[in-house]
Amino acid sequence: MTGIPFLSLAIWVPIVGGLLALATGSDRNASAARFVALFFALAGLAVSIPLYTGFDVTTSAMQFVESYAWIPRFNIYYALGVDGISVLFVLLNSFITLIVVIAGWEVIQVKVAQYMAGFLIMSGLINGIFSALDGVLFYVFFEASLIPLFIIIGVWGGPNRVYAAIKFFLYTLAGSLLMLIALLYLFMESGGSFNILDWHQLKLGMDAQTLIFWAFLASFAVKIPMFPVHTWLPDAHVEAPTGGSIVLAAIGLKLGAYGFLRFSLPITPDASQAFAPMIITLSLIAVIYIGFVALVQTDMKKLVAYSSISHMGFVTLGFFIFNPLGMEGALVQMISHGFVSGAMFACIGVLYDRMHSRQIADYGGVVNVMPKFAALFMLFSMANSGLPATSGFVGEFMVALGAVQFNFWVGFAAATTLIVGAAYTLWMYKRVVFGAITNHHVSELTDINNREFVFLAILAICVLVMGIYPFPVTEVMHASVNDLLKHVAASKL
Amino acid sequence: MNFVIPDFYPAAAELFVAAMSFAILLIGTFVRDSRNIVYYLTQFTLVGAAAVTIMTMDGQVNFTFSNMYVDDLMGDFLKLMVYFSVAIVLVYSRGYMQDRKIESTEYYMLAIYATLGMMVMISANHFLTIYLGLELLSLSLYAMVALQRDSARATEAAMKYFVLGALASGLLLYGISMIYGATGTLEISGVAQAIYHQAANRTILMFGLVFVVAGLAFKLGVVPFHMWIPDVYHGAPAAVTLFIASAPKLAAFAMSMRLLVNGLFELADQWQSMLMFLAVLSIVLGNLAAIAQSNIKRMLGYSGISHMGFMLLGLMSGVVGGDRHFALNAYSSSMFYIVSYVLMSLASFGVILLLSRAGFEAETLEDFKGLNKRSSWFAGVMAMVMFSMAGIPFFIGFFAKFSVLQAVVAAGYIWIAILAVVMSLIGAFYYLRVVKVMFFDEPVDSTPLVASADMRVLLSMNGVAIAVLGLMPQTLMSLCAYSLLGSL
Repeated sequence: MTGIPFLSLAIWVPIVGGLLALATGSDRNASAARFVALFFALAGLAVSIPLYTGFDVTTSAMQFVESYAWIPRFNIYYALGVDGISVLFVLLNSFITLIVVIAGWEVIQVKVAQYMAGFLIMSGLINGIFSALDGVLFYVFFEASLIPLFIIIGVWGGPNRVYAAIKFFLYTLAGSLLMLIALLYLFMESGGSFNILDWHQLKLGMDAQTLIFWAFLASFAVKIPMFPVHTWLPDAHVEAPTGGSIVLAAIGLKLGAYGFLRFSLPITPDASQAFAPMIITLSLIAVIYIGFVALVQTDMKKLVAYSSISHMGFVTLGFFIFNPLGMEGALVQMISHGFVSGAMFACIGVLYDRMHSRQIADYGGVVNVMPKFAALFMLFSMANSGLPATSGFVGEFMVALGAVQFNFWVGFAAATTLIVGAAYTLWMYKRVVFGAITNHHVSELTDINNREFVFLAILAICVLVMGIYPFPVTEVMHASVNDLLKHVAASKL
Repeated sequence: MNFVIPDFYPAAAELFVAAMSFAILLIGTFVRDSRNIVYYLTQFTLVGAAAVTIMTMDGQVNFTFSNMYVDDLMGDFLKLMVYFSVAIVLVYSRGYMQDRKIESTEYYMLAIYATLGMMVMISANHFLTIYLGLELLSLSLYAMVALQRDSARATEAAMKYFVLGALASGLLLYGISMIYGATGTLEISGVAQAIYHQAANRTILMFGLVFVVAGLAFKLGVVPFHMWIPDVYHGAPAAVTLFIASAPKLAAFAMSMRLLVNGLFELADQWQSMLMFLAVLSIVLGNLAAIAQSNIKRMLGYSGISHMGFMLLGLMSGVVGGDRHFALNAYSSSMFYIVSYVLMSLASFGVILLLSRAGFEAETLEDFKGLNKRSSWFAGVMAMVMFSMAGIPFFIGFFAKFSVLQAVVAAGYIWIAILAVVMSLIGAFYYLRVVKVMFFDEPVDSTPLVASADMRVLLSMNGVAIAVLGLMPQTLMSLCAYSLLGSL
């Protein structure tokens, strides 16, 4: 335990940076806002790195713990801590924030200060979600993080942005309000504690577990999103500006999955076991059916959005087959999806900035004018379809293996994603990038500039490194995953 | 019969305000062009009253005037909040009233008398004292609504308010007379004693209770006694709407505490089920009706109805099957809710007043279009208020809802809690719509905002307070709990 409160820093450095960026005011000081944002995004990443380097991989206990009484009236604590599961997401989030700031550098020209501030504040809030050890603190961060994304979609989004922003907000809020009731119920049952770790030990009857499980499911299923409550995601992705899409796909979707691990599984293990067949079925529907839905999309962003839902189906599948391989695979898949889907949206953003169209049909032969871009885009597409030696393969393979251990046919059905995923991703890639130049707009395209090359190259390195040598990631999560599975296996009745 | 000089000490603040009101009335009559003097004297009166209240606060429950009057911590705390919100209302409304040429001595006098009425309501320990305070407040408000004489809408609103208000006062008085018939006393603690010793006729008492609750419900503006709210909020000059939507809610809360909790606590099971009915209806109807409004004053009126419903949720969770140890938690959550609501209400109407100018009323959603382009800061303030009202953290409105819901769940009414959150989801829609027009739409009107510096500063602080109290709600929460401790 070091003296420096790294978790608090990871939360508050970006938020303070966001407020400072806001303070730069109007667009006359746009470049000041950009540099403030860049500085604080770097600072946020810098204070997150010690969380990884100082992490003790041998224990499943919470590390870097901070705990102060926040609202003693309701026994609410400002309690932070990370285990092997959450520490990875704090890092991923701080990293993606930096990418987003660079990606929006000169693309955003109106209200730059507010744009940058939105992302920085959201980054801090999301770090708070991943490190909160108090139910109310978690909830507060969870809800508050809706506000920046709502504004980001609504102000800098596409033509149908208002609809998408409000749909996104209300959909997510609907789920989380039910979670609030569950938190209050747990507070009562535990005799006045909001401590998540206390709740992990709390004995609960099956009826109570069922209700709490459904309340949490309402919140997390929407956030992931699981079939059939996924319909907000394609709208939100299509309308959001590139940065919004990157954060939403890379981090936003992970919040729900993380919630399953932190709340549903350990607090209501018996209900989780009982409803696992349902979740597995929904996951498989997401993997297969949504995969086919992705195949017929004509809009690139929508296609990647559906592919995200399909990939997240893999993640929930991995959680609810309750074996170490499945769960670690799901976690690897989450991290990998963070890089890959973020990169896919970044690539689409690069194209959109030049052509102002996301329709696949408007492109063709891009490789002839943008060779550097085409190469990077190729790598990400391969990763998205799960090619070996990219990060996408590792997670999918582990989950599929775990699923086969669980039940052959579940594993078989899940593995079809390797085919469908390859089909929709590569087919899109082929239509956009290869072939002859189809129209004069494409022929006027310019290749990526240095700024774009830098952030795409960083993402590409992450994708490759994780694909070839995933050990640094799995090593960290190992102890925590085993501990979690022990919790799930022990009945609370 | 010998005459005993009563102890004036517990009522020192009221006496101070009354004395100042006479002085101001004289100055207003005899000094030419006295509006500035009257304004500053009024503010001085409020500050002075706050000072007197703080100086005479001793943490004890003191009765005076033959037990008709009580001074306790709950009263002191609520009175301080009343001074505070009236003072803010006057700052916000001054420019607006000047622009419409209705800033007059009368306006400030009525504000002072309304304040005095609220103070009397808050400190009453006798059914008739409550009634006295209530009428002083109500009559001042009727007149304030009608201040804009040449506006047909305002006059109509005043008339409606008066007729319905008189009806409600009648209901309340009728209920009081029944309770008097049943218990033989009008002193609040005496009534409680009589019921406790089973000395009262239950049937008559129940009758009385129903009428008292109906009268209260009207004053709070909860369904089905809410009909006056949208029309009065809409028709009154925005400055007066601001007044009606803030401090009187505190007084109505105090009245509920005095009548129901201090007086009729033995009947808690009965009035709790009535309040449950009122609360659920208000939350449902208030939120649903607010969606359909394009006038922001009406919308805030309906949203206020649903907020009052939320406040009642706390009041109805105090006693569970005869078990009273939830009471403090439940009532203090209601009190925290009402204080938070007043803060948010002040800021929301404050922004409306900020956008209005001579000859222009900013009252439709259209008028808020593109506010972010005109003034990022005040658009941000309004957005914070809206998110706070919708119950999104880190704003105070979240913790208000949180503490009330916690009380409801603790009392075992989980389904009511679920209904309440589902309805607040619906509520989130119309609050978001305000944020949407401010941030996502282009402005239709690009006139720069004009407002006095003190209003800008106060409104900014008001907005910041909503965020800061949301980050650190503990102090206010424990103040509410602490001040109720002595009065239960």
